Amino acid sequence: MTLFLSYLINGISLGSVYAIIALGYTMVYGIAKMLNFAHGDVIMVGAYIAFCATQYAGLPAFVAVLLAMLVCTLLGVTIEGLAYKPLRQAPGLAVLITAIGMSYLLQNSALLIWGATPKSFPSVVSLPPVSLFDGRVKVTGETIMTILANIVIMIALTQFTGRTKMGKAMRAVSEDKGAAELMGINVNATISVTFAIGSALAAVAGVLLCSAYPNLMPTTGSMPGIKAFTAAVFGGIGSIPGAMVGGILLGVIEILGKAYISTELGDAIVFAVLIIVLLFKPSGLFGKNVREKV
Amino acid sequence: MKRNRKLAEKLITFGIVIAAFLLCKILIGTGVMSRSLRGQLIPICVYICMAVSLNLTVGISGELSLGHAGFMSVGAFSGIVAAMWLSKGVGVESQLHCLLFAILVGGALAGAAGVVIGIPVLRLRGDYLAIVTLAFGEIIRNVMNCIYVSLDGSTLRFGFINPGLPGKILLNGPMGATGVKKMASFEIGFVLVLFTLFVVLNLIDSRDGRAIMAIRDSRIAAESVGLNVTKYKMMAFVTSAVLAGMAGALYGLNFSTVAPAMFKFDTSILVLVFVVLGGIGNIRGSVISATLLTMLPELLRAFSDYRMLVYAIVLILVMIFTNNPKLKNAVGRLLPRRGASGKEAE
Repeated sequence: MTLFLSYLINGISLGSVYAIIALGYTMVYGIAKMLNFAHGDVIMVGAYIAFCATQYAGLPAFVAVLLAMLVCTLLGVTIEGLAYKPLRQAPGLAVLITAIGMSYLLQNSALLIWGATPKSFPSVVSLPPVSLFDGRVKVTGETIMTILANIVIMIALTQFTGRTKMGKAMRAVSEDKGAAELMGINVNATISVTFAIGSALAAVAGVLLCSAYPNLMPTTGSMPGIKAFTAAVFGGIGSIPGAMVGGILLGVIEILGKAYISTELGDAIVFAVLIIVLLFKPSGLFGKNVREKV
Repeated sequence: MKRNRKLAEKLITFGIVIAAFLLCKILIGTGVMSRSLRGQLIPICVYICMAVSLNLTVGISGELSLGHAGFMSVGAFSGIVAAMWLSKGVGVESQLHCLLFAILVGGALAGAAGVVIGIPVLRLRGDYLAIVTLAFGEIIRNVMNCIYVSLDGSTLRFGFINPGLPGKILLNGPMGATGVKKMASFEIGFVLVLFTLFVVLNLIDSRDGRAIMAIRDSRIAAESVGLNVTKYKMMAFVTSAVLAGMAGALYGLNFSTVAPAMFKFDTSILVLVFVVLGGIGNIRGSVISATLLTMLPELLRAFSDYRMLVYAIVLILVMIFTNNPKLKNAVGRLLPRRGASGKEAE
């Protein structure tokens, strides 16, 4: 029982990282209707920036995270402006391939700058581990921090999209781009802000991910990126609570599947669950069913 | 009139491939072709088959598939096992027979995988369909990591997750197949390319092909004139899987070591890039872009460390220049309009 509990907590922690990454995917998809494949690599860049800031510049962890968020925000907005904006009217596949090209570009730039050897990422979390049930369940500081960060981000984002003017603009653009423009909303600026928020969250996710799994390489971001993308689809792509629930469920399924069914087949189980869910709810858990009109 | 033009288009495509093959033969014969480029010939054939078969799913049937490497992987490993069994277990001497048997087995098993995957996948639409094909590609890779096959005398023994089978190990889980005899040859690769083109071009030109394209253009309209949507979608998807499996078998028998990690998501994406750059639905374009883009990293050797970076930048720039309306107009004004008549033919 205590073993199960500790797996569950680990699962929620991993799932929280997926959820934070999935938020970036889902917001960008909701607004720009594109799958931003480069998102996973923004995570990697964020982790490298934090790594350099703490290891080479000797900055405190808090400042390093802020710096990583800043750099990633700029990076996200630049990518959007240079590569995706010229393709606003282009067919979806063209944008998808551009995003894939961007992902290659980021990975290979990182390879040139930081080299292929994995770097051991020092944890930025200084919370002490907590023992539950007379020390039978140990929860590391990283786990607590990840779950807390996830909750804070969730509340902040719900408030932002629900209450602020920019958040309303975002929802309007994702509903109907043309109508939003007629109402005087600056669509391009809204999309840029979305990319900025998504990329800043990716930086946070990168730091948290590498604090828990301290192996930093140019390809670190790609697998969590794919899984988070799956999580976003799982929850219904375009929906913010969906990304949250999808991410956490996916993390829990992955850890429990690896622990109780088979370590080797962990990833296969995650994807199999995704397929089963999509077969019964073809637009994800929280997705809206779009009716087809002739 | 229209038939003649279609026939001519087909013959041009075959002509280009045959001419390229003869040119390669001459270059090899005279010793002009460099060693590294010669090593690329079979992968080029394989990627042409992969791109043409994926174009059948993405371009003709209109379903974005992100798991094409999964079928390649099924074809590669079943092909290796089949070829090793035939040559070591049964004792067939001729390498050609073993290779052809491997290609048939690879195609058949990949086709079976295509049927199993197609049934759930084709119920979905758009991005959801894409993500499920991605998921299946990852599942195949993960399952391949757990499969162990050994040759005990002339019987094949299979193990799942647990290694330690008697006899000579053929597939060793995550390590894949090691010590594979290189049976693939450029000539067979060329024949496979011709076969793939023959199948796909004839399918497009047939009644079934027109039904598939009608469903792509409007599912509801096609359904209302009585076309069986599931049947035609499955037809395109499974044909594509079979062809990818055959290409995979050839690819597997071209290397002495083949690991499941070689057929990652990246490989699916690579093939998709060939298809999109060659033009979605344009079979000849797929052939040309697969050839050029497989050679490109090799040709970019001069940039050494920067070649993948250059590749990425080229990819992004090509997409922006071919898809941005403003830039397209600007380029169109500079170039003489000779493409106008060709556009109508499509």
